[in-house]
Amino acid sequence: MSSPMPSHVSSATSLWHKHWLLERNSMLLLLAIVIVIAIGGLVEVVPLFYLRSTIETVSGMRPYTPLELLGRNIYVREGCYLCHSQMVRPLRDEVERYGHYSLAAESEYDHPFQWGSERTGPDLARVGGKYSDAWHRDHLRNPRSVVPGSIMPAFRWLFMTDLDYSHIAQHLRVQALLGVPYTKEMIAHALADVRAQDTSDVSGAAALAKRYPKALSRDFAGIPGRITEADALIAYLQMLGTLVDFKLYNDKANIR
Amino acid sequence: MKDQRKRGPKPPAAVGKTGHEWDGIEELNTPLPRWWLWLFYATIVWAIGYWVVYPAWPLVATYTHGVFNWHARSAVETALASLRTKRRPMMRRLGAASLQEIASTPELLDFARALGGRAFADNCAPCHGAGGGGARDYPNLTDDDWLWGGKLAQIQQTITHGVRSDDPKGHQGDMPAWGSTLKPVQISTVADYVRSLSGLSVEPGADLAAGKKIFAANCSPCHGPEGKGNQQIGSKNLTDDIWLYGSDKQTLVQTITNGSDDVMPAWGQKLDPVTIKALAVYVWSLGGGEK
Repeated sequence: MSSPMPSHVSSATSLWHKHWLLERNSMLLLLAIVIVIAIGGLVEVVPLFYLRSTIETVSGMRPYTPLELLGRNIYVREGCYLCHSQMVRPLRDEVERYGHYSLAAESEYDHPFQWGSERTGPDLARVGGKYSDAWHRDHLRNPRSVVPGSIMPAFRWLFMTDLDYSHIAQHLRVQALLGVPYTKEMIAHALADVRAQDTSDVSGAAALAKRYPKALSRDFAGIPGRITEADALIAYLQMLGTLVDFKLYNDKANIR
Repeated sequence: MKDQRKRGPKPPAAVGKTGHEWDGIEELNTPLPRWWLWLFYATIVWAIGYWVVYPAWPLVATYTHGVFNWHARSAVETALASLRTKRRPMMRRLGAASLQEIASTPELLDFARALGGRAFADNCAPCHGAGGGGARDYPNLTDDDWLWGGKLAQIQQTITHGVRSDDPKGHQGDMPAWGSTLKPVQISTVADYVRSLSGLSVEPGADLAAGKKIFAANCSPCHGPEGKGNQQIGSKNLTDDIWLYGSDKQTLVQTITNGSDDVMPAWGQKLDPVTIKALAVYVWSLGGGEK
């Protein structure tokens, strides 16, 4: 139980007295800490869900294709985000180097987003289409073969390891649960879509592109007849930042 | 000695106690250092000032914009606009001038090389190397051996539309995989013949005459009867001992067996036409540009 109030605490109703109660009761203190932190968190987070200026829908965004999503998983698994950011900040020099600054909507289907916080390597938010598949193959196999000064590790095993996509339909369902608009049709065709995107199967590719506009279908890793982890990762890298057409995007529309 | 005492911490007796007591251990009520306290008050004043001038508080549908009306997006737009304004006079001249005029006017050439050099470092260097020296599988841009032509307009065309890119105007056509048409022994024979074209040693007992026949029947439509290549279709000159994939027999056999279909992206989709013009002049000026 609490000990008698010290002499310098003037009256039982003063603020000091109330704080003295907190200091003497650890459970009460714990509760107060939770309440204070919750207020701070709510004030910072909740407005982001309703303020007009923080919510922006842009045309062109679509969920990842099953193969891209699996590539994204490999990106996360290998810890690419530790050295590569995916966030072109709204600063002049960044826009000059990487292209249009990133929009929040561009990571709306990322669970979790890959903005990153360190750039040991360059930003990858707009790397899609910047280099050829062959460059990505060479670079993943041995970064030094194309960028002599690179300190990136080699990821050779991605080319030797077959992609495990047996659970892709369930994976899409979980993403749908998190709010990614995967339709029943997309989930039903998930397995077939993985195979279609990694080959030059024309009819499968057309069906895929219908479900996922701008989806690229080809043998990304250059290993015919096999779907490797490298296929998935390169498919993902080659679509990064390419969905929004910035020729049509109005920069001033969201300054409000 | 008295003065020294004033500056340092006060003796325990002078500061009093908080009244807290745990098993006989008591707590001194030492006041916070003055400098710390004033800094703390200063940060509060600073915070209030910040609320007034910068975006700060969320409201029901909007937020307090602050008297500076600062916005990350308008800030970057302003910075980019001022950059464009600074560059505009030279960009206009570059845009209006023909490639030949740029190459022959020192002032324009300097600007184009500076602009093109930056764009090259940002976009082209990962494949073609920091100085344009290329790497295995990635053409050297500093020599006079050109796959798709080394004239200014040809370089501009290649950069804008790419090679086997998704741009329909890009250079098309690839080397087929001969592994499905020719037998391994034929491929080995023709590989020896191709090596002989640029004076490289061939395996003992290589049948160069047979290799020549296979070459004439299969390779010459693209690489020409003498193997000198054709820049219209990007087929390589096989006689100059400049090798994109390597000149050793094994690499040649691999290339013939699997074909090649290297891709260069269409930069017209990413860069503006004036920057591409500058890039074309820059690449042209690296050493191998043709008149």
